[in-house]
Amino acid sequence: MKIFVGIKQVPDTETKIKLLPNAAGVDLTGVKWVVNPYDEFAIEEAVKIKEKNPGTQVFAITLGPKQRASEVLRTALAMGCDEGVVVNTNTDLDNLGVAKALAAAIKAEGGCDLLLLGKLAIDDNGSSVGPMVAELLGAPHVSVVSKLELSGTTAKAERDIEGGAKEVFQVPLPCVLTANKGLNMPRYASLPGIMKAKKKVLKEYEAEALGVAAGSAKSKFTSFAMPDDKTAVKMITGDAGAQAQELARLLRDEAKVL
Amino acid sequence: MNKLVVFCEHHNQNLKRSSIELLQFGKSKNFHVIGIVLGSEGQKPAEQATANGASEVMFFNDVKLNGYNPELYLAALEAGIKQSDARHVLAPASSIGKDVFPRLAARMDSSLASDCVSLNIEDNAFVAKKPMYAGKCFAQVNLKDSPVQIVLMRANQLPVAAAGAANTGAIKTLPLPEVSLKTILMEVVKGASEKLDLTEANVIVSGGRGLKEAGNFKMLEEMANVLGATVGASRAVVDSGWVGHSMQVGQTGKTVAPTLYIAVGISGAIQHLAGMTGSKVIVAINNDPNAPIFQKATYGIVGDLFEVVPKLTEEFKKLLHK
Repeated sequence: MKIFVGIKQVPDTETKIKLLPNAAGVDLTGVKWVVNPYDEFAIEEAVKIKEKNPGTQVFAITLGPKQRASEVLRTALAMGCDEGVVVNTNTDLDNLGVAKALAAAIKAEGGCDLLLLGKLAIDDNGSSVGPMVAELLGAPHVSVVSKLELSGTTAKAERDIEGGAKEVFQVPLPCVLTANKGLNMPRYASLPGIMKAKKKVLKEYEAEALGVAAGSAKSKFTSFAMPDDKTAVKMITGDAGAQAQELARLLRDEAKVL
Repeated sequence: MNKLVVFCEHHNQNLKRSSIELLQFGKSKNFHVIGIVLGSEGQKPAEQATANGASEVMFFNDVKLNGYNPELYLAALEAGIKQSDARHVLAPASSIGKDVFPRLAARMDSSLASDCVSLNIEDNAFVAKKPMYAGKCFAQVNLKDSPVQIVLMRANQLPVAAAGAANTGAIKTLPLPEVSLKTILMEVVKGASEKLDLTEANVIVSGGRGLKEAGNFKMLEEMANVLGATVGASRAVVDSGWVGHSMQVGQTGKTVAPTLYIAVGISGAIQHLAGMTGSKVIVAINNDPNAPIFQKATYGIVGDLFEVVPKLTEEFKKLLHK
């Protein structure tokens, strides 16, 4: 079986976000780039499938500026992916552009039986690329998957929906799945894993050569803003009974939310 | 008059508030609003759509659409949107919306903006505001270059006025297109709670490590029952296995924006704060006066939550006459 895992490079979740002086973007200088946390579940699932099914090959694919992309791919390789594919681009593509580039690169690599991605990227909170790539590959998809069983050429996937409920889908391979927290516990890269990763193959494509031109984005981020400053907190003092009474009063009379 | 398609989600034969918001928004911006309603239980929701701003409703009255199947929903929505000739589409950023509309966008060589919190029209283009980094900052997304402009809006972000009179004459029943299905929905497993999802809730009571152990979440459930609230949690307690991941608020959980968010025993890691700062009123109850959560709070109580929370629940009961 041949598995692709789609990975995004995102700023570490500890990052304090600052805007550029003209608010046209986020100031990313000095940011520590990591594997998008939800993509770690996708990597782990792919590696687990490989461990159970000898002969399986796992390719990690990512799109972005070559150096940053390659560094993040090394983490995926250290976790157990076999090869890396970098789609090099220095321009901001939109969700459709990213999906087109990924689909084209996967096709150029001869397609796959399974494409796993994270359910969303924690930077732009998009959650769109997975289903989009599935459409472009002509494959069925299940998103927000927290449990997966493969048997032969069929996948049974549980999808998390509102209120803790789940939908259970059956789809034939090839298919596209996006991973939610709960699917598994991603492993830490071991030292031997990290050493091996340095020798693994990284293949490169240019986004332009895959037919995704700079400036082709159909949705554009035009400006950025920080959240509105909250007015200073009002501290409520007294013993627990007095605090509770005063808070309930304020919520009703001042904030008018009760 | 520009045409706008609104995906009308319904539950228990009632149109969801998230869709009512979108219908009324479209009408207020002088669109010719076309609702799409799916499933054999859609007659009443279709009528509600006409009462909330839809000039037309496309009703795909087919029992096969009663459960969610991405391929069938895609086929019906694509048929409806093509037939309407609309270039603007609005849908709730729900689990269905976020699953089917990206795929539909790709099929129509279009982009979409997901999880948006406000929306404007500039030169016929959707300009939407959406949280980035789970709310650490916000971005304006302009969709003018997209052949079909699709925006998925979060619930509770737009005002809702009283409904008008329904117009059953505006409802047109359409057949579900033939699809050779690959995807089979085998089962829907109900969640433990029948309450609104965190992303739709108007009031949230959230707990963190300060609760000391899983069993103490019962205190929060009692308060939530009085307030009609949904219970949330910090990452620390989800990772400890006290509650399920569907309850996690924050950058690797759910981003929420209720009217009232009560944080109990949550110190306020940057990832948690990102997920809830969109809340209108924030209450923090914590025994550490230096907890970062107080910097984002509207009202703060420094104290022992095991004393404060039961007393607060009693006060809420009194005020709400329960």
